[in-house]
Amino acid sequence: MDYSLSRFLYTLLGLFIVMNWGMLMSSTMRRIIARVSGRIGIPWYQPWIDLIKLYSLRSQITHGTMFYLGPVFRLMGGVGLFLFMPMIYGSAYFMNYSFSGDLILILYFQFFGMLGMALGAGEGGQPYSAIGISRGLSQFTTIEVPMTLAVISLAIQYDTLSITEIVKAQQGSIANWTLFTNPFATIAAMLSLLGAFGHSPFNLVKAPNEIPIGPPTEYHGTFLGVLRTNGAILHVTEAALFMNLFFGGATSWLELILKTFVIYFWSVFVGVVFPRFRIEQSVRWFLKWPTLIGIISILIWM
Amino acid sequence: MKKDFDKDALSDMYKDKFLAPENEIRFVNAPDGSIIEVNPLDDYFCQERPKELKPRKGVVEKFLNWARAESLWVLGFGTGCGSIEIPPLSTPRFDMYRFGVQMRATPRQSNVFIISGYLSVKTLKRAIRSYEQMPSPKYIIALGSCTINGGMYWDSYNTINRLDHYLPVDVYIAGCMPRPEALLAGFGKLKELIKEGKAEKANEYIQNLDWYKANQKKIIKDWNMPDYNW
Repeated sequence: MDYSLSRFLYTLLGLFIVMNWGMLMSSTMRRIIARVSGRIGIPWYQPWIDLIKLYSLRSQITHGTMFYLGPVFRLMGGVGLFLFMPMIYGSAYFMNYSFSGDLILILYFQFFGMLGMALGAGEGGQPYSAIGISRGLSQFTTIEVPMTLAVISLAIQYDTLSITEIVKAQQGSIANWTLFTNPFATIAAMLSLLGAFGHSPFNLVKAPNEIPIGPPTEYHGTFLGVLRTNGAILHVTEAALFMNLFFGGATSWLELILKTFVIYFWSVFVGVVFPRFRIEQSVRWFLKWPTLIGIISILIWM
Repeated sequence: MKKDFDKDALSDMYKDKFLAPENEIRFVNAPDGSIIEVNPLDDYFCQERPKELKPRKGVVEKFLNWARAESLWVLGFGTGCGSIEIPPLSTPRFDMYRFGVQMRATPRQSNVFIISGYLSVKTLKRAIRSYEQMPSPKYIIALGSCTINGGMYWDSYNTINRLDHYLPVDVYIAGCMPRPEALLAGFGKLKELIKEGKAEKANEYIQNLDWYKANQKKIIKDWNMPDYNW
């Protein structure tokens, strides 16, 4: 792997682009949700203003060491996901630090941030945090089942655990995309994506009006700023993961922006149509249809 | 700092406060046989006196004030009957999100506290705790006539009359009840004040903390919380 300074700086530049695109994407989606309910919605630049305000609060309190480290771990989860993800296929600059087994590492990084956040928010001592954490961890465990089944199916299909190799195999024409060569794995993964992005009906963790904010109830100021920065990075990178695995990857930033937008929009589209599940409904749902489709996708390639 | 083990040596601060049983000092036997003192007021709350947090100078503070004004996060705590005027703000007819106003469910993440109408003695206690938990800079909007002079509750046995004796108010919105449009206008006024750098009531509260605390304790008989609990 190339560990030169220029590679590092290009990766930082990529991170900067991804963060800003993530914030613009989130405000755009919130505007779309607002239009659905007949409102105008927030200005497109609202996430940046919120971030400036959060970083400039004058007083902050802490509940202990883990309370500090929670957002840091969460940010590491997002940045780690980004670091090992090839963003632009074929680009000499934005392949980041992807290597031959990166798919396994990325599956791990998806969970890593949540665990760190669980420890940090737990020290905050808010009962709603604890409820949010237990919901989040149990739901994410079931989200992982269809996701992992789909990834195993892909590993059998392409005989590799390298995301770059999987993207390479899908180049040429749209007919080569995993979407068409392995539709069952794609369906299973796209259903698990609904839970990963945390929009309704699977917004149990932060459930507004129910357990007010969920895990970040005690987080404010810079802590919350870090969490929001991570949210922007994480949404784009997770969408990029699905883009790489199922929709042919991206060969330019424009293609990446278009594809991640459409993939993220899928969860928003479902979100504005359906109301929120309860936790046991959500867990059962993930363990029923997406898991079944995931198993079929493996059986086909056995 | 741990307090003395002797219960009689407690300071007057703790004595005259109608301490709830769960907040009294107690002794717990640890598994290794030693006796541990638990003082809930010390262990669960901050006893340190708050410090005044000065604004920055010049262009930086102007820029930060602009950001603060354009990103007002409101604590969703309906204190009085006026809180029924707040939910319509998120409907298509009024749509406060256009102006950068958003609702938050926790005091830690909020900047604006709307005291929506009368404050009963019981609610006043919760309002003070919520206000003190909000990070500075923080602002209070007082909604309705009852916060100015008591309004129709002025001779009630259980509500306070003048809110600014107990918490520092940035913007008053008069009326009984003011419509959501008036509330939006109030947000506009608050934004102007913040951008001009005049919304520094959080520091004013700290400068006059003793006066505010004396007023609050006159009303709240079962104080049952430390003086400073952020």
